[in-house]
Amino acid sequence: MMEFFEMGGYAVYVWSAFGLTTLVLVANVIFARHLLKRTKLQITGQIRREKRIGTTNK
Amino acid sequence: MTIKQTFHKLGSPRSFDRLASILIPWFLSISVLLFAAGLYGGLVYAPADYQQGDSFRIIYVHVPAAWMSMFCYVLLAASGAVTLIWRMKLADVVARAIAPLGASFTFIALFTGSIWGKPMWGTYWVWDARLTSELILLFLYFGFMALQAAIDDRKNAAKAGALLALVGVINLPIIHFSVEWWNTLHQGATVTKFDSPSIATSMLIPLLIMFAAFKTYFFAIMLIRARAELLWSERKAKWVCEHPEVRR
Repeated sequence: MMEFFEMGGYAVYVWSAFGLTTLVLVANVIFARHLLKRTKLQITGQIRREKRIGTTNK
Repeated sequence: MTIKQTFHKLGSPRSFDRLASILIPWFLSISVLLFAAGLYGGLVYAPADYQQGDSFRIIYVHVPAAWMSMFCYVLLAASGAVTLIWRMKLADVVARAIAPLGASFTFIALFTGSIWGKPMWGTYWVWDARLTSELILLFLYFGFMALQAAIDDRKNAAKAGALLALVGVINLPIIHFSVEWWNTLHQGATVTKFDSPSIATSMLIPLLIMFAAFKTYFFAIMLIRARAELLWSERKAKWVCEHPEVRR
């Protein structure tokens, strides 16, 4: 098992490369989901605002 | 339904949104499975290289990321062409969704390549053709995003972005053939060439699995971003206001 993590002496290089890739890919999932969620909330807010304006005008 | 009707329906924002929300969980779960298999294959199953030892395993993130960086750019430019020729709103939405992903893949390719370069070449960076043209690709993505963000009018932003994306296509053959045209530290193609790949099958299979993992991952994230962009640009439309995922 130790041998696996040592990567034949290249542990620093191999694991930092895989670590960085994982970081970037996971961050992209989080950002994309956040963007979709925020967009839906913004649209909800917009609809509510328009409803309020609509009722005061009547 | 005729082909034209099918095409028209797919191109309608509402059916795109519906199709995307069905596809996203599929792409995501398939990509997780492929990543698990590819990582096992690349880190455990594949034997160490006879020259590079275990450091060669960086190939399993570096090469798929580099391929994806170019694949994304082809899609970005194609969406640009569709935007300019047919003024299709969906094309602009997709382009906006692709750009940050393309930039991410390019960054991964550059960074992991740099990490790989240190033990193999003795340096993190050289200003040779392959590395420089890939860096230019990163700046093209940044330029596209900056341009889209800087222009308030959505239609003008789409046109300017599309134009930039199309002009930047010239960089793609330069990246691909840079290792043949100029002297470089970077090795030549081992898989994407006309002869049979000069890589052992036990090393190639995990690479192809990782490539499929990156690709399905890309489509999942691209569709999530595209949905967000589309919902926002269609926020005045009835179908968005009545969308079951938008709370009232």
